[in-house]
Amino acid sequence: MYIMIVGGGKVGYYLAKQLVEDGNEVLVIEKDAAKCRRIADELGDIVLRGDGCEGVTLEAAGTGRADLFISVTGDDEDNLVACQMAKNKFSVRRTVALINNPKNEAIFKKLGIDTTISSTALVLANIEQELPSHPLIPLLTIKGSGLEIVEVKVPPYSAMAGKRVGELLLPQQCLITVVIDEEGVPRTPNSDTLIRAGDEVVAICRRESEDALRAILTTPVKETQ
Amino acid sequence: MKIVIMGCGRVGAELATLLDREGQEVTILDIDPDAFDQLPADFKGSHVVGNGIDQDVLRRVGLADADAFVAASPGDNRNVMASQVAKHIFGVPRVVCRVFDPIRQDLYRSLGLETISPTREVARLLKQALESGPAETPSGEG
Repeated sequence: MYIMIVGGGKVGYYLAKQLVEDGNEVLVIEKDAAKCRRIADELGDIVLRGDGCEGVTLEAAGTGRADLFISVTGDDEDNLVACQMAKNKFSVRRTVALINNPKNEAIFKKLGIDTTISSTALVLANIEQELPSHPLIPLLTIKGSGLEIVEVKVPPYSAMAGKRVGELLLPQQCLITVVIDEEGVPRTPNSDTLIRAGDEVVAICRRESEDALRAILTTPVKETQ
Repeated sequence: MKIVIMGCGRVGAELATLLDREGQEVTILDIDPDAFDQLPADFKGSHVVGNGIDQDVLRRVGLADADAFVAASPGDNRNVMASQVAKHIFGVPRVVCRVFDPIRQDLYRSLGLETISPTREVARLLKQALESGPAETPSGEG
């Protein structure tokens, strides 16, 4: 695959490195001479110095035959324009843009960028998992199925602490797969397995029933009785 | 008419002043608080420090009920992004965008944005001036 990357900062560099190792033809477009040199020194002749939003540069880079076009600069407006140029002027089929302001996701989607990756949103999601108000951690999305693997930490106040798995009124198509206790010991649960405060419950559930699952495991005693 | 202008450089400030003197309701945005020094003392419109590609900032300046948006920042990419946000997210009826790069102008024009390229316009005017001969230039410039 011929993959073009706009932006040779940290993300662009490691992305290029990995994609080259995977056997792809990679070209990085970067404005800064020092960054270009670093990439050339370490990864070889795979870098073009220039502005990835500039028609002339994209032409010289053979954008027309790119299978994938990824823009990962630190500025959302540059990522948007680079991808729009690639898509609309050079007919690149797949464009991917890094987004810094999570609120820009909607506009990028609306303007035809195929995939957006919001680094801020990802970091935020991870931080939020550490906060008591967000005890559900999405671990993995099972592609195309609408199913997710999630982890919920059972808080000490949970009405379910001290109950058995069989007593949980789980949402449809929701399976509890592993229960990890506070010592870090995993157990494969059956309906008699006791859920204790501090346990981490790993479950497979539909994305839309995430909230329901979280509510079941984290609702305080008072509210349910 | 309620008009929001992004970018208080020479062009933005001049445009804001012209519209303000016509009695339009003008709001001008810039990321640099010092940029507003270019506005005349009698400017009656409002000026707001903020990033014109940030939807929260655009919401705060009331873009949702603006009649027109003009993007006149020095960056082509900022201008086309802000203009697309104004047009597609806020539904502003009239959006005009400055784009220096003629190639980018072609693209965004084909994508339905109303664009003006100073590069092309000025080149055309300069050519015209050259061709019309020295007789038409005001005295004192020769």
